[in-house]
Amino acid sequence: MSLDNKIPQGPIDTKWTDYKDHINLVNPANKRNIDVIVVGTGLAGGSAAATLAELGYNVKAFCYQDSPRRAHSIAAQGGINAAKNYQGDGDSIYRLFYDTVKGGDYRAREANVHRLAEVSVNIIDQCVAQGVPLAREYGGLLDNRSFGGTQVSRTFYAKGQTGQQLLLGAYSAMNRQIGRGKIKMYNRHEMLDVVLVGGKARGIIARNLITGELERHSAHAVVIATGGYGNVFFLSTNAMGSNVTAAWKIHKKGAYFANPCYTQIHPTCIPVTGDHQSKLTLMSESLRNDGRIWVPAKLEDAQAIREGKKKPTDLAEADRDYYLERRYPSFGNLVPRDVASRAAKERCDAGFGVNATGEAVYLDFAAAIDRYGKEQARIHHLDENDAKLVYDLGQKVVENKYGNLFQMYYKIVDEDPYTTPMMIYPAVHYTMGGVWVDYNLMTTIEGCYCIGEANFSDHGANRLGASALMQGLADGYFVLPYTIGNYLADDIRTGKIPTDTPEFDEAEKNVKSLIDHLMSNNGSHSVDYFHKKLGKVMWNNVGMARNAKGLTEAMDEIAAIREDFYKNVKVSGTANSFNQELEKALRVADFLELGELFAKDALHREESCGGHFREEHQTAEGEAQRDDANFAYVAAWEYKGNPREAVLHKEDLVYENIKMVTRSYK
Amino acid sequence: MNLTLKIWRQKNAQDKGQMVDYKIGGIEPDMSFLEMLDVLNNELVEKGDEPVAFDHDCREGICGMCSLFINGEAHGPDRGITTCQLHMRKFKEGDTIYIEPWRAKAFPVIKDLVVDRSSFDRIQHAGGFISVNTSGNTQDANNIPVNKHDADRSFDAATCIGCGACVATCKNSSAMLFVSAKVSQFALLPQGRIEATERVLNMVEAMDNEGFGNCTNTGACEVECPKGISLENIARMNREYLSASIK
Ligand SMILES: Cc1cc2nc3c(=O)[nH]c(=O)nc-3n(C[C@H](O)[C@H](O)[C@H](O)COP(=O)(O)OP(=O)(O)OC[C@H]3O[C@@H](n4cnc5c(N)ncnc54)[C@H](O)[C@@H]3O)c2cc1C
Ligand code: SF4
Ligand code: FES
Repeated sequence: MSLDNKIPQGPIDTKWTDYKDHINLVNPANKRNIDVIVVGTGLAGGSAAATLAELGYNVKAFCYQDSPRRAHSIAAQGGINAAKNYQGDGDSIYRLFYDTVKGGDYRAREANVHRLAEVSVNIIDQCVAQGVPLAREYGGLLDNRSFGGTQVSRTFYAKGQTGQQLLLGAYSAMNRQIGRGKIKMYNRHEMLDVVLVGGKARGIIARNLITGELERHSAHAVVIATGGYGNVFFLSTNAMGSNVTAAWKIHKKGAYFANPCYTQIHPTCIPVTGDHQSKLTLMSESLRNDGRIWVPAKLEDAQAIREGKKKPTDLAEADRDYYLERRYPSFGNLVPRDVASRAAKERCDAGFGVNATGEAVYLDFAAAIDRYGKEQARIHHLDENDAKLVYDLGQKVVENKYGNLFQMYYKIVDEDPYTTPMMIYPAVHYTMGGVWVDYNLMTTIEGCYCIGEANFSDHGANRLGASALMQGLADGYFVLPYTIGNYLADDIRTGKIPTDTPEFDEAEKNVKSLIDHLMSNNGSHSVDYFHKKLGKVMWNNVGMARNAKGLTEAMDEIAAIREDFYKNVKVSGTANSFNQELEKALRVADFLELGELFAKDALHREESCGGHFREEHQTAEGEAQRDDANFAYVAAWEYKGNPREAVLHKEDLVYENIKMVTRSYK
Repeated sequence: MNLTLKIWRQKNAQDKGQMVDYKIGGIEPDMSFLEMLDVLNNELVEKGDEPVAFDHDCREGICGMCSLFINGEAHGPDRGITTCQLHMRKFKEGDTIYIEPWRAKAFPVIKDLVVDRSSFDRIQHAGGFISVNTSGNTQDANNIPVNKHDADRSFDAATCIGCGACVATCKNSSAMLFVSAKVSQFALLPQGRIEATERVLNMVEAMDNEGFGNCTNTGACEVECPKGISLENIARMNREYLSASIK
């Protein structure tokens, strides 16, 4: 099957408008006869569910948490981009489009990204109208800051809790529709399979996590909005429950999985301290606006710091290596995440790491505190030579901007980041890969859509900061509601989809037999035991830098862990009750398959781009080396029974509006 | 560290439940409280016993999923944090730690330490929103300037994570702090003023119907709230309610 991305004809800046002018509409009376299932109620699913219900469809929404308000989008800290150009610093839809394509290392689809940039402007208006308290300046207007990979200030934020506030906005829009009876919300429910009837997605099998009961739900279309799969690494910044299950289950039923190896390693996370650790915590990238990143310039100083004989504050300016400012003078500390992450790894590998494990660099706010303090002193006509006063004033400004992040850091590390520089290290954060979708956000299964982080579409090989929130809300509020209507227009006479059919029987039977196997398997190891093993292989061989040998080994090792899992996993409790071990087991089973495809994808992509760095393909200076002649395509994998047998389909990426050049942030 | 844990075990909503003792060793000060429970659960599973059920997800203090009444305090013995942000360095070698679920009529136990907080959602369905369509066809976001002070206070109220510690810690199991936070967030913004009257009346009615107790101003909620939601919000909600009732 050749991949049809369904990109409309015409110039890039009118494609979306033209498309909307010509799609089929469903009249309001008919929408009442159409059901849509939305799996996942984060920013993408929540906004989609609310909007579809508001348009008149009957929506059934599902999430595994006890409330949509807890979806992982809540954890996003830094902000959301929009090409509003409120700052008058030269921003525009084109520039946001350009930055995003370049940031993605020319591996994203132009038409999608342009549409994203266009609707970004509406997102902010929408959220403010919903009562989302975004940060304001004294004059009452919205405030902005900047993020890595851009030179304009286009990021809207709510302190360090932007995701929380945006999600609560979507949640409130959902609440309005739940109250009206237009959304039926299924909390603590997990989708375990999709049901196809005549090749179209017509329902799901879900497990009620409280009673353990398997339920059948039918609809005219199914939307997957279940977030990213970074937890395949075990340690990541994702929430503990984040998983690939729904995306993987639709993959097994015919949805292609695109670019699984594109993973974002975020440069500013709290470093790993030991084997007990269950997850990693991000320190928002917005900190790089004000924090300067450095390691000791001399190996002996680094060693002294590791051994606790010296403190970072003991080192004079001249003895510090602000390596990002040194290597990338024009972007400095604000280079994109992949560049910053690799640079940190390079310094630590060279022996300059600053924590006990040698895997940490400093993020230092001393200069910012001093700069802000002096500015405040001037504004308030105070003495700018009074060091203590300047520190206090500056500290207040920094606290105002990032207070909760500093508190978070303090609670975890037990060190005051105002007086001692933070220690940070890269960690797995976001997955740019995901289910392949066309311009309509439909997967290769008819009637099955995929939005938000779960799809592959807008970020290419790398994601710039503050663009995931934007994509989730763009998909849910402004894109899917149009494209799905175009599809559903054919279904106005279909009537209710029955659930007592062979297709539903079959799907439920398969889910049940997997659960029975896991429950009756009298193994000796917990689910976490296998998940951690998988995570180690992923991080060591498929992590920040990859090579052919490591990847080939990883594929075999993962297959072996998977085999061992089915023989030796122990799940206690019962299937028909609240059982968190079983929940984990079902998720890890899918990670164990995805992991292998992930490695296979990384192995086949003989180039370095964005978050995918193949050691064999780097420049003399250690920068990523892309191969546009051979790899300017989306790798979309078709399931064939075993992950390593997946078949590759290529969607060629054509750049008509932006010239592909080597990404440089020097 | 070696510790003794006394944990509430309850099979399901119908079961009576009881405290059960566990001994655990090898706990490091850098572990979070939930990681300590992971260690225990791993041991239980490998022995073939059922692990202790507890709610958690983000593990960074923002989703509001984790709960736990630890040594008689909601989210344990530290201020301004959730249970997932509590670290074992707050405990000492040989300590005995009591771990119980949130207790309130409106939060029935599902299993062990997991309770059902969907009553919070139902209060939101009654009015926790601004009635604006999600079409994006609204006016430009900068058209209505919002005084920074109001925007910040609205934000402060909006930071409530819906964890329910306020209810669990209140001797009347009142949900006033939670509900007032939402009412305040909207009451402080021009966009939210339009529906302010119906909102407060509807939400308070929903809150009463869920079986939460009354507020008698003991202030325990504010002390235990991980996000520092202030009692001022309750005062604001009362004012809103009063003026709505006489309208
Ligand atoms: C710590 C952190 C900070 C971040 N900061 C930023 C930032 O500042 N700016 C930015 O733009 N992006 C940021 N991101 C990225 C961004 O938050 C996410 O990419 C985005 O929120 C994902 O939204 P989503 O709706 O696709 O998925 P999620 O919010 O992850 O939602 C997934 C939903 O699916 C449900 N679900 C999953 N599986 C199933 C299943 N099988 N059955 C039923 N339901 C299921 C869950 O219950 C949940 O409701 C950050 C991410 C993290 C982790
Ligand atoms: S008010 Fe505080 S304690 Fe109560 S639910 Fe909100 S965050 Fe939790
Ligand atoms: S697990 Fe999310 S707040 Fe504790």
